[in-house]
Amino acid sequence: MDLLEYQGKQLFAKHGIAVPSGEVAATVDDAVAAAEKIGYPCAIKAQVLIGGRGKAGGIKIAQNADEAREHADAILGMDIVGPHGEGPFRVDQVWVEGGSDIAEEYYASVILDRGEKKLLAMVSAKGGMDIETVAAEDPDALVKRHIDPTQPFDTTAARGIVADAGLAEDALDAAAEVLVKLEEVAREEDANLIEVNPLIVTAGREVIALDAKVTIDGNSLFRHQDLAEIADTVDDPQEQMAKEKGLTYVKLDGNVGILANGAGLCMSTLDVVAQAGGKPANFLDAGGGSKAEAIVNALEVIKSDAKVSAILFNIFGGITRCDEIANGIVTASQQIGLELPLVVRLDGTNSEEGLEILAAADLPNLHQEKTMLDAARRVVELAGSAA
Amino acid sequence: MSIIVDGSTKLAVSGLTGREGSFHGLRNKAYGTDLVAGVTPGKGGQDVEGVPVFDTIKEAVTEAGANTSMIFVPARFAAPAINEAIESGVETVIAITEGIPVLDMLETYWKAKEAGVRLIGPNCPGVLSPGKANVGIIPAQFFDPGPIGVVSKSGTLTYQIGNELKQAGTGNSSIVGIGGDPIVGSDFIDILKLYEADPDTELIVMVGEIGGDAEERAAEFIAAEVSKPVVAYIAGFTAPPGKQMGHAGAIISGSSGTAQAKKDALEAKGVRVGESPTETAAIAAEMLRSL
Repeated sequence: MDLLEYQGKQLFAKHGIAVPSGEVAATVDDAVAAAEKIGYPCAIKAQVLIGGRGKAGGIKIAQNADEAREHADAILGMDIVGPHGEGPFRVDQVWVEGGSDIAEEYYASVILDRGEKKLLAMVSAKGGMDIETVAAEDPDALVKRHIDPTQPFDTTAARGIVADAGLAEDALDAAAEVLVKLEEVAREEDANLIEVNPLIVTAGREVIALDAKVTIDGNSLFRHQDLAEIADTVDDPQEQMAKEKGLTYVKLDGNVGILANGAGLCMSTLDVVAQAGGKPANFLDAGGGSKAEAIVNALEVIKSDAKVSAILFNIFGGITRCDEIANGIVTASQQIGLELPLVVRLDGTNSEEGLEILAAADLPNLHQEKTMLDAARRVVELAGSAA
Repeated sequence: MSIIVDGSTKLAVSGLTGREGSFHGLRNKAYGTDLVAGVTPGKGGQDVEGVPVFDTIKEAVTEAGANTSMIFVPARFAAPAINEAIESGVETVIAITEGIPVLDMLETYWKAKEAGVRLIGPNCPGVLSPGKANVGIIPAQFFDPGPIGVVSKSGTLTYQIGNELKQAGTGNSSIVGIGGDPIVGSDFIDILKLYEADPDTELIVMVGEIGGDAEERAAEFIAAEVSKPVVAYIAGFTAPPGKQMGHAGAIISGSSGTAQAKKDALEAKGVRVGESPTETAAIAAEMLRSL
């Protein structure tokens, strides 16, 4: 779960990391009121879960109330696309914060290194730009150091890292302190990625986190009540609906609705649909041991996406029983009405019983295919002709 | 032979008194796995269909001779249960539970390493050695004994491929689900090592997915250390960056962890990568015939 910048900064503040004071606003008037309170110059920053906001025009400095109004008006409601084509992300909120007198811009992060099974601290004196570019063009400018999981991470260890990164001598103690606290945030808040870019030194030689990119481990939310509340807010209507129904769903931008059981099989289904020339509308893992009710819920979510023009069911029953799935399809077509073409591939546990149930129900819009590849080709054909 | 589980496996199931634990534990027993104990704190002295239940895994080891532990306890209690298993004296711990916080696993990973205990999972379907033993939730009916070793991040995708191999008239030495979490006890490399040393494994099928760099690391290892042919499949070519695709570990971060990068890394080391599960099984069957 990714946090918005201001949520990340609130988390930093909770752990004693210095951040600029500010307020979040969802309307132009609120943004101007916040700017008036904070004083000028102030920064109006788009709150979206993606980097590259500055380049996209999502961060502006206001010198007075008129400018604050102008910038908030431009930024609220804009769509921001990420550097790797992510999104677009609609800006619903801005963060208004006091201007900072920047003397130096650094980079600091603590991330989970999956390969090494350790936390990894990274620090660079070259902050304020894309760190992947820094790493590619000047690898020595980025100091990477694994944190020993068996030892406490203290200021001595942290000071070594920030010193090696070549930060200004008079900022080393404060920067080391920040790094120790970032590691504390990682451990205590179950954050798998914390990135501060830039970490600035002000003219008064204070070290402040000017940005915050934080990813919280979704599996840890049972022990973080405050963060769990953030996780409950989802923008996309289908994703919200899926969440309420306890389904694992990811919205994509195509027109072929997909339901499969198991995350791997579902990803693979998206791939074969794409290979067949189609565009998947979603990822939806009905889960192991799927029961009829879960199928009804899943179909409701898929169907509520107006772009969907045909649906593919790709089920390989292991623990999941195909007769349960078939019952779910029949129940759903009675309960919610299914006019869209539906391609069903049932294989594995109780597949014969499942196929018999579907044959007996004789649904006019249902097409059966024996293999995953045939089913993918068929659904692409039907989605195309229905569109 | 086979790897990790076989006729000498003596299994203790933590969570055997729960609904899922008893269903799958007893299924494993019915398959022929030597299920010697259940473990549930506070329920020592009871039994589940004749299988004695102990309060601790240590007792299951000393009283019932367990050498393998399967963890079926809910996510928030699972890491302590795995840690208990690591310290109990068993050789192998297989953790099925999904949803364990990754920092808990980070700690547990190093505990297992230090103790020299083989940890499989979490968030995995377990290990099946067809005809010998099944520990976990893999539906054994889709797998026959044979010369192909399978190692996979995904459950259902493995069943799909296993079933196609069976229809192609071949089978498996073992099937190992390593799990879909960011940190798992055993990576592809750990299992590839075992298959390389297993005389009954002639060919290896490796099933990966987006996220992390375990497949890229495996590609390097295969080139350097594996003499047996390896066929791979990678899921998630159409996954968008920054979105978690079901498994906690299945996420493209920025530009890293993509399916294309994994496929390229494997192919660069001479590993054939199937376009679909069906093609992957077909390549494996064909390569096996030409061995």
